[in-house]
Amino acid sequence: MKQLLTVILAMCMPVVASAAGGGGHLDSMEPDLSDQASLQRGAQIFTNYCMGCHSAEYSRYKRVAKDLGIPKELYEQNLIFTDARFGELMNIAMPEEQAASWFGTAPPDLTLTARVNGPDWLYSYLRAFYKDESRPHGVNNAVFDNVGMPHVMVNQGGLCAEPPHIGQEPEVDPSTGEVVGDDICDDWAIEGSMEPKEFDRAMYDLTNFLVYLGEPALMDRKRIGVYVLIFIGVFFIFAYLLNREYWKDIH
Amino acid sequence: MNKLIQWVDERLPVVDAFERHMSKYYAPKNFNVWYVFGVLSMLVLVNQLLTGIWLTMMYTPTAEGAFASVEYIMRDVEYGWLLRYMHSTGASMFFLVVYLHMFRGLMYGSYQKPRELIWIFGMAIYLILMAEAFMGYVLPWGQMSYWGAQVIINLFSAIPGIGEDLALWIRGDYLISGATLNRFFALHVVALPIVLLGLVVLHILALHEVGSNNPDGIDIKKNKDADGKPKDGIPFHPYYTVHDLVPIAVFLAVFAIVVFYFPEMGGYFIEKPNFQEADPLQTPDHIAPVWYFTPFYAMLRAITFNLLGLSSQFWGVVVMGAAIAILFVLPWLDRSPVRSMRYKGWFSRGALALFAVSFVMLGYLGAEPATPIKTMLAQIGTAIYFGYFILMPFYTRMESTKPVPERVTTK
Repeated sequence: MKQLLTVILAMCMPVVASAAGGGGHLDSMEPDLSDQASLQRGAQIFTNYCMGCHSAEYSRYKRVAKDLGIPKELYEQNLIFTDARFGELMNIAMPEEQAASWFGTAPPDLTLTARVNGPDWLYSYLRAFYKDESRPHGVNNAVFDNVGMPHVMVNQGGLCAEPPHIGQEPEVDPSTGEVVGDDICDDWAIEGSMEPKEFDRAMYDLTNFLVYLGEPALMDRKRIGVYVLIFIGVFFIFAYLLNREYWKDIH
Repeated sequence: MNKLIQWVDERLPVVDAFERHMSKYYAPKNFNVWYVFGVLSMLVLVNQLLTGIWLTMMYTPTAEGAFASVEYIMRDVEYGWLLRYMHSTGASMFFLVVYLHMFRGLMYGSYQKPRELIWIFGMAIYLILMAEAFMGYVLPWGQMSYWGAQVIINLFSAIPGIGEDLALWIRGDYLISGATLNRFFALHVVALPIVLLGLVVLHILALHEVGSNNPDGIDIKKNKDADGKPKDGIPFHPYYTVHDLVPIAVFLAVFAIVVFYFPEMGGYFIEKPNFQEADPLQTPDHIAPVWYFTPFYAMLRAITFNLLGLSSQFWGVVVMGAAIAILFVLPWLDRSPVRSMRYKGWFSRGALALFAVSFVMLGYLGAEPATPIKTMLAQIGTAIYFGYFILMPFYTRMESTKPVPERVTTK
């Protein structure tokens, strides 16, 4: 029995590893939490497209509105779709058991996804969907193989016919001088309403928002840290001078 | 004010205690920077106690509520993120300063007669600290909390005969569960801190009884002036209290840089999978203990062969236990006539350097997934670790030492 378990576990290992790590190259994404407009656009996308299935159960609407500089009325009218009140946690209505039967696995809570996976992974994953008829939703993902999630923003971002170029720099063909691989996708199965660069920007905003959501105190701590270090610096000078005064007679 | 002190002193010997331990405690005047890590570990201990008390006010010690309550602290509690990061950074910094403090002891022979008990109390502190840190890491109830605890507690089940029952008794369940979390919470916030504080008091009382060692390893009490004060000693207060403020400021700056700018320290202080709630059905693809346990974890994994009909897992646990146990007998392994590395021979110096390098290497290996080459390196590191201690009675006696000066040397 124990041996059988070991064998099964060992067989699961590569699946688990590829599901979690994704492996290979990722597009890099440098979050900028001082860009409030970007965060607001990200919050808009998150509420409209992600929160249908994903909760942010540790975060409160009120806190997001405050940090992103969105007035209460505006936020309540446009970014709360449930009957939740302004001060409540960002839960969703979809029951977990049903969700699990629809998607194979319940859509995970996204409050801390940026802290688990990192911005590079999220930014790449969101742009890595491609057509794959063998999958239940007809799409697969170049970063997260056999993902259970459908391509929610297919109308905006379009759908690539084959795995898109993630983590690849554009190359210049030496014979023709043409730039190859500049676009994320060579051949579109479905054209989106957004230009590819426009969609990249939207996914940047969404990732940026998720980074904020993972740690809302991030900007605060960086700001406060400066003052703390200045205080310690002043303290150091006094400590140094006091020590010199006391120790000048010790030889 | 003076009257108040006098009133108290007639009823409680506060003046006497202050003089014995501060203003008339004579410490060698040649302390170098290595002598600051004891004070720094006290500082971190106070940080852990204070931030810990406030975290306890907001934390929920149940399997259902623990993870969410930590996020509640991080988001909804005013400056809760600061308390949490100070506590998590403090845990790692505690080990950093304690490791450096222990290395200082190895370097200057601070464990030698008559300071054996100081060393033993110190090792007991280290042991309790490891238990405290391990249980504390379980409390946020993230994936690494859960699976780390699973791996470590499973080690006990490798003990033949009683192992399975012992692991069951520790967990209070057949797997890590809310029952485990509750008892770890009790031990982490009440039982172990009390033991820790008691041991710290013993550590310092024993130190103040025999007096501090110094980088020259000279007994300053041998050279006293007419008043009976050591010629090479200076009162701890005010000289060392102000002296320590300078490195304390430097330490606080490093501490603040980590807390405010690198609280996860690239996944070494807070591991990334720990931002995912514990899930008994999903094993993370790579389980690594926090960095301060990795040298011992590497030694555990280095034992890959069965021996005497007992499993390699059992011998791994034995080796890991022995790696800590052997530290307790160090005062009786060193047979050198001198204390300090400054006057010991090249053999001792080389052995200590090799030991330090291999310990750091083991620390690195313990955080990495095992590969055949890395396992071999871990085996070499383990051999060096034990060789350093087991061969110590021989090389410390054989080698020729330098003459120790009468009085301490200062720059």
